[in-house]
Amino acid sequence: MSFTLIIFYILSAAILGCGLLAVTSAKIFRAAVYLLFSLIGIAGLFFLLENDFIAAVQIVVYVGGIVVLIIFSIFLTHRSGEQMPMPSKKRERIGFIAALAGFALAHGLIYNETFIPTHQPKIEQSVANIGSQMLDTNHFGFVLPFEVVSMLLLAAMIGAIVIAMKVKPKE
Amino acid sequence: MLDGKFISLIVLLPLFSFLILGLFGRKFFKTFSGIVGTTSIFASAIIGFITAYQYFFVIGQTNGVYKQIIALKYTWLQFSPNVSIDMGIILDPISVMMIVVVTFISLMVHIYSLGYMKGEERFSVYYSFLSLFTFSMLGLVLACNIFQIYMFWELVGVSSFLLIGFYYDKPSAVAASKKAFIVTRFADLGFLIGILILSFNAHTLDFQTLIQRLTDPNSEYLHRIVSASFLGASALTWGLVLVFMGGAGKSSMFPLHIWLPDAMEGPTPVSALIHAATMVVAGVYLVARLFPIYALSCPAALHVVAYVGIFSSMFAAIIACTQTDIKRVLAYSTMSQIGFMMFALGVSSYGGENGLGYMASMFHLFTHAMFKALLFLGAGAVIHYVHSNEMKDMGGLRKLMPITHLTFLVACLAIAGIPPFAGFFSKEEILAAAFASNPVIFYLAIATAGLTAFYMFRLYFSIFWNKAFHSHSEHHGEGTGTMLLPLIILGICSIGVGFIPFGNFVTSDGNTLHTEFHPTFSIAPVLIALGGILLAMVFYKKENERPNRVASSIKGIYTITFHKFYFDEIYLFITKKVIFNLIGRPAAWFDRNIVDGFMNLIATITQGISTLIKGFQSGRVQNYAIYFFGGIIGFAILFIYIWR
Amino acid sequence: MTEIPLQHVLFVSTALFFIGVYGFFTRKNMITMLMSVELILNSVNINFIAFNKYLFADKLDGIFFTIFIIVIAAAEAAVAIAIIINLYRSHNSIDVDETNEMKY
Repeated sequence: MSFTLIIFYILSAAILGCGLLAVTSAKIFRAAVYLLFSLIGIAGLFFLLENDFIAAVQIVVYVGGIVVLIIFSIFLTHRSGEQMPMPSKKRERIGFIAALAGFALAHGLIYNETFIPTHQPKIEQSVANIGSQMLDTNHFGFVLPFEVVSMLLLAAMIGAIVIAMKVKPKE
Repeated sequence: MLDGKFISLIVLLPLFSFLILGLFGRKFFKTFSGIVGTTSIFASAIIGFITAYQYFFVIGQTNGVYKQIIALKYTWLQFSPNVSIDMGIILDPISVMMIVVVTFISLMVHIYSLGYMKGEERFSVYYSFLSLFTFSMLGLVLACNIFQIYMFWELVGVSSFLLIGFYYDKPSAVAASKKAFIVTRFADLGFLIGILILSFNAHTLDFQTLIQRLTDPNSEYLHRIVSASFLGASALTWGLVLVFMGGAGKSSMFPLHIWLPDAMEGPTPVSALIHAATMVVAGVYLVARLFPIYALSCPAALHVVAYVGIFSSMFAAIIACTQTDIKRVLAYSTMSQIGFMMFALGVSSYGGENGLGYMASMFHLFTHAMFKALLFLGAGAVIHYVHSNEMKDMGGLRKLMPITHLTFLVACLAIAGIPPFAGFFSKEEILAAAFASNPVIFYLAIATAGLTAFYMFRLYFSIFWNKAFHSHSEHHGEGTGTMLLPLIILGICSIGVGFIPFGNFVTSDGNTLHTEFHPTFSIAPVLIALGGILLAMVFYKKENERPNRVASSIKGIYTITFHKFYFDEIYLFITKKVIFNLIGRPAAWFDRNIVDGFMNLIATITQGISTLIKGFQSGRVQNYAIYFFGGIIGFAILFIYIWR
Repeated sequence: MTEIPLQHVLFVSTALFFIGVYGFFTRKNMITMLMSVELILNSVNINFIAFNKYLFADKLDGIFFTIFIIVIAAAEAAVAIAIIINLYRSHNSIDVDETNEMKY
């Protein structure tokens, strides 16, 4: 068992453990912090899979952006240290059974599938390659989705501002 | 000059006037609507007269025979290459004559109404209805297609309904309008079935083709329709009798006459226009329009026409002798005179000398329109003055209303058939035609003519002589000039139109028919009419006890006649007791319990199911997510493991 | 690195996915539900990266999809939090069970 593999297992355990705590913790702020750790673990997993760029994006966007946003909203809507009401036992049981059934199904599929890798020559997954193909207009470039996603982000920003804006009551 | 578009203006001008007055009348033309309506009908009448002149004297004749001219034809609904509903204008002697009658009488009534309806709250509505009626009546007479005539037929029914019920706050007027509508509608059902039988067998709806196919002895259509029989009569007979049923309903022939007397609830000028001069003769016109088929192919149906006509004529004349409401007397007299026209058609045959009855019928239609409109307008003036319809409230009006008196007398003489007034000539020819073909009808007709003279002069003496008039309200003169002018014009016409050599213009086959005047033949009818007048004079000129004595001596008959032979009661019995109880009630029960029950059952089931499943729509996102997830799992298993 | 078997990576992502699903089902608070959604999206990201790495190393499509998913997740989070804040103002609560006006 190599060193990498050991690190992978430790990382996986951290991801799953923190994820589980994030969805079960009774205190919302703690849940957010567990989510943060889980996301950092995923970033580590990306590093381990030799995808430095995605890992960096993961940390910048998720850890630096989304989780901070979530924590802000928690501060806006909760008093700190407040206990969240626990879900009903019935709901918990249904959710557990549903998740377990789904997991069993998916795992069964993955376990029985034989994955055949391609025999084409590899591509260097460097930032330079990603960047040039992202903005390429000719050879399977992704410039159009890129533009579309930019529009989406803009729309989402404006939408978020409009929705969250305080409506002045009419005189 | 006889351009189809030009002629169509006759019909379209009243339509425009109806639309303008109906849509904007109450807002913009509150006081001018009478002028607007009268102007449009005046223009229409001028064009009508030009058309008549052009037709009769310039272009109508080829080789001395009047032809049918299709001035305008526009295919409206094409069912198959052969069968279509067209909108068109047919010009032949009877339609041109009817244009003259309708536009002229309508113009008179429009002018008269300017004075009569003055101050009425719904003045513009009244004029828009009058325009609607004029439009539909002109469309009816000019129809070139049997379906077109049916549509306009219904339209005149509607405008008649609207005008009878014009005083809609009066319950009797509402009831009368409903009665008129339902009775004529019932008759129109027969008309429609008749149209379907004829057009189904002749494969056409067009008048010219229909007549040509059903009169030509060699045509396969005629052969087929005659050979198809039902209940002992051929399909042709059935079709024609059913068409005549429509005509009888509109023309108030026995036994569909019950609506006409009640229709007098409408404004009096309306009665003059619709229920005396124009609409009620539509039935006569319809039979005349299809006359070649009746006369050449199916004499049996023509006999039905003749007997219904003479019976209605006699029947109405008897009732008219006992009525006390002056408008009802006139209504029954109208019915009687239309009976004359009907049986004149019935005794006639096609072409040549034997077509005298047809010519006489049309002639009588023409003269009758003049003097009957005059009688109604005169009666309107009297009612306007007295504020009552009852004879007993009148009397001695001759000094107070000299012009009305004079014109009314002219009209009474005309209807009684005293020479040289218009009615004399037309009635003589009807009697001559009857004499030539059917003596029974002739003697009944001559008796009816005597009765006519009697009851008309009973009316005349009761209104203008008899006792002295004592009024309950202040007097306001005879009426405005707009009311008197039509009376005078119509009075002149009632004297003059009899001298028109009608046989030169309107005959069954278009050829000129020279009618000889037999003074010896005329002696008997004139004497009988004079006898009727004398009898009326004895009874009613001075206030006396004779009428009451006679009435009480034949009390039973008098009562029965006074109640119009209890026909209204019989109809009420049939509709209320028989139809309501035997058909209406079970149908209502069926509707309420079976049909509604079925619908309620469906509704209950739907409601139950939705109550059951509405729990899914809990509004909770997580429940939705669980259903969604369950669905995905289900589909995943289905597609991956089961349908692999 | 290739000694990490693909199946194991996929096991981790699948497990994370269903942890997210469980959280989505059971949590009552909207913000925590949003967190569960983020977990689900991340598990998908792991899958994309892993497949790109192990099976289609000649292409970069998986990486691009990951990038787009991250972008969309960011947009979604922004809008969702705006909605949550708005809801908090009007209902004074962000409990999903209390916002059920849209039921039958």
